[in-house]
Amino acid sequence: MAEPYRTQAVGPHLVARAAVYTLLILFALYYLMPLFVMITTSLKSLDDIRSGNLVALPRAVSLDAWVKAWGSACTGVFCGGLKGNFMNSVSFVVPAVVISTLIGAFNGYVLTMWRFKGSDALFTLLLIGCFIPFQVVLLPMAQTLGWLGIANSIPGLIFVHVVYGLAFTTLFFRNFYVTVPSELTKAARIDGAGFFTIFWRIILPLSPPIIVVCVIWQFTQIWNDFLFGVVFSSGQRQPITVALNNLVNTTTGVKEYNVDMAAAIIAALPTLFVYVVAGKYFLRGLTAGAVKG
Amino acid sequence: MTPSVAGADAALVRPRKHLADYVETVLPKVVLGPTLLCGLIFVYGFILWTAWLSFTESRILPRYDFAGLVQYVALFANDRWWIALKNLGIFGGLFILFCLAIGLLLAILLDQRIRAEGFLRSIYLYPMALSFIVTGTAWRWILNPGLGFEHLVRQLGFEHFTFDWIVTPGMSIYAVVIAGAWQSTGFVMALFLAGLRGIDDSIIKAAQVDGAGPVRIYASIIIPSLRPVFFSSLIILGHIAIKSFDLVMALTGGGPGFSSDLPATFMYTFAFNRNQIGLGAASAMMMLMTVVAIIVPMIYSETRRRG
Amino acid sequence: MGSLSIRNVVKRFGPVQVLKGINIEAQDGEFLILVGPSGCGKSTLLNMIAGLDTITSGEIAIGGRIVNDLSPKDRDIAMVFQSYALYPNMSVRDNISFGLKIRKVPKEKQDEIVARVAKTLQMEPLLDRMPSQLSGGQRQRVAMGRALARDPMLFLFDEPLSNLDAKLRVEMRTEIKLLHERLKATIVYVTHDQIEAMTLGDRIAVMKDGEVRQLASPQEVYDNPADLFVASFIGSPSMNFIRSPVVAENGTIGVQLHEGAERFVFRAPPGLEASLRSWAGKEVIMGIRPEQITDRSPWSGENPHVVSRAAKVEVVQPTGPDTLALIHLNDTPVTCRVHPESAPHPGENMSLMFDLSKLVFFDPQTEKRIS
Repeated sequence: MAEPYRTQAVGPHLVARAAVYTLLILFALYYLMPLFVMITTSLKSLDDIRSGNLVALPRAVSLDAWVKAWGSACTGVFCGGLKGNFMNSVSFVVPAVVISTLIGAFNGYVLTMWRFKGSDALFTLLLIGCFIPFQVVLLPMAQTLGWLGIANSIPGLIFVHVVYGLAFTTLFFRNFYVTVPSELTKAARIDGAGFFTIFWRIILPLSPPIIVVCVIWQFTQIWNDFLFGVVFSSGQRQPITVALNNLVNTTTGVKEYNVDMAAAIIAALPTLFVYVVAGKYFLRGLTAGAVKG
Repeated sequence: MTPSVAGADAALVRPRKHLADYVETVLPKVVLGPTLLCGLIFVYGFILWTAWLSFTESRILPRYDFAGLVQYVALFANDRWWIALKNLGIFGGLFILFCLAIGLLLAILLDQRIRAEGFLRSIYLYPMALSFIVTGTAWRWILNPGLGFEHLVRQLGFEHFTFDWIVTPGMSIYAVVIAGAWQSTGFVMALFLAGLRGIDDSIIKAAQVDGAGPVRIYASIIIPSLRPVFFSSLIILGHIAIKSFDLVMALTGGGPGFSSDLPATFMYTFAFNRNQIGLGAASAMMMLMTVVAIIVPMIYSETRRRG
Repeated sequence: MGSLSIRNVVKRFGPVQVLKGINIEAQDGEFLILVGPSGCGKSTLLNMIAGLDTITSGEIAIGGRIVNDLSPKDRDIAMVFQSYALYPNMSVRDNISFGLKIRKVPKEKQDEIVARVAKTLQMEPLLDRMPSQLSGGQRQRVAMGRALARDPMLFLFDEPLSNLDAKLRVEMRTEIKLLHERLKATIVYVTHDQIEAMTLGDRIAVMKDGEVRQLASPQEVYDNPADLFVASFIGSPSMNFIRSPVVAENGTIGVQLHEGAERFVFRAPPGLEASLRSWAGKEVIMGIRPEQITDRSPWSGENPHVVSRAAKVEVVQPTGPDTLALIHLNDTPVTCRVHPESAPHPGENMSLMFDLSKLVFFDPQTEKRIS
């Protein structure tokens, strides 16, 4: 077969591509390295860790560290492992995600299909709320939660995450619904459909793509949160991120690095799993959030 | 209900408006109401509350009598606050710089029609799915002098290699930069990649016909047209930097001592651990003002420019 | 009763007056067209008839009821949109019966209506498909089916053919016209395409800048346009406008023209002689349509109003059925329609026949037609 005619020399072209691939692979290794280290360290015994090095494979694979991290490691005064905190996280993350997504969907619907005077201005005000550093609401919120009787409780955490997640979820849905032609709503109104009928029968069936993006984004943000967890809960009510930090920072006794790593992976598993399974929606959530206003 | 009219000569009738129609004009506002109320109270209201606290002498319990700028004076007389500010500058600057540079580089490399692009992209991006606590924990182990990276390099033969930044007061903040950049670069890469893909092919072809080489095309055409992406990335990275709390707590705990403190950790420590609510509130207000002072003008000038 | 009554309707958006006082009375079963360039207010007016936009002042009545305060679903109207606006998650059948379902029409009646509509529009094989599986023309038919199913007093069409390609547009135009003849429904139809307006309408309302410039039958609008804008908007290629002074010569009134070095006078049509007399010595704008300037034909000698002149042809554009020839009169480009076989080469002279019976004249200041 005849070789296709090239106007440039093939040599330098190949070299350039080899360089590109090399760089990319090196970076990939750099990004994977910490994960690799976490996994291998969690499978080693303490002796193995001390005698080996960071990237060495475990001499004998042992799941002891995992068992301990889950069931008996000390996270402060309590030594019951992370399983309680894992459940804590689940019990407030799921409701918070569901509620904030639902409200966000309605808000987005209203802001695009039922605009009224000032609704765009109100949206901008809401959006600005995305930018504030949360430090500036911690003290009043701590006080308010106390007054409402939900301090240091799961409902309290749900409340906080819903309130401060609304701006993002509204943004997602609003940016999505803006692409739905308004004539669809007009036709439905002429057909006699009202506010809720249009949402339920027409808008919602169009929404799965953005619902997935929103749920993934919210789940990741809320599960990974530390600030609200550490300020608004204590002891056994704490989410897994706070418990992890406590576990890793205990100064008593011997530092069990393998347990630390196992605990970190346990804390990371849910969001990593979601990422692996639905990564492209995660990406869409990130870029949608970045294309603000 | 509305009476119907028979005959073309009947007087024109004016039917009454239904209750349902009134409801429909009110309903949208009702739906939006709770969210707006939340924003009003829990964002803007709380900001005012914290502002007020910063003007009082609150310590363990909040007090509401006005005390002037006493907390702000105390704040700026506090060495630890100055260290936190300095660290913010160092961390923020380097963090943003590395994320932008590496993110852009990776995006450009990935844009070269690489095989397995999707796979590589997901590798660069997965750190964003992790909590900063997890990242901090992992890097704390990696940067562990004695058992981590330092130990590894020494085992490879470089016996005098030291990499104990994480326990060195002057260098601990740079360790935070490393971990932070590792986590967030993928995100910037994703933004740049989307930006690169959005560039009109025909402009590049025109440049090629004009005789420009690849480096020239990148420098003069592609990178300048990524300006909006630089801009969004800058805002988001700046935002992440100012809010950085989780990462520091997990990686260094603010230490050694308070050498790697940042305003966010300062605020937490003083407001919640040291029972100095007034001082904590003042530091929180300073954080807010930093965000406003930097981000608002940036947004304003860029929207003006795009006009 | 299907009449539509629009009285002194005004629409303001903040300080801008988008509709400046519209008065239209449509009869039962009439096909009324609202036509004009973009920004003239035709879609706004349609939205106000439908109830999708509020009325600043004035009244709109449908079937004798003032509908100003009624919501769209209570106005007994149906609307077909430019983008079809089909519900993407519902089948064709469900799209058509959606409105019926909302109004709690019994299931058997629903099926009956859907079957009837599908038969009328020849859509029976499409009933179970989803909108995404349909072509543009099919979607438009479903949109019309949805409107038909409501059996309303008034049909509103908002540029329904604009999204279709040229060939399909012509086919659908015929279908809509047939539908109107069969149903005898009252239709208000918005378009920016003057050909659609001419071929479909019983009456056309030509709009510009929020006003109705002329409301009349297509032929009337074509032959006797109310002003310069209407004259230029309707008809393609557009009417030729030539500025010329009015002269009285040998007892007759006419306009002074020159072509190249030659000067001559065109006599005014008999009906306009009297009105033009008062313009003697002043300039008017003469309007003559391209098809009124043709090549010699055996019958031209019989028409006393047809005058023959030679002129230099600058540009020649064949269109197939005829050829457009560009000449200059009074230094103004003038388009003529000639038979392809008679068309000369550019630069050559040609003998042309000018039909002066259809000349129209406009006041240069007010732009209104002199009648």
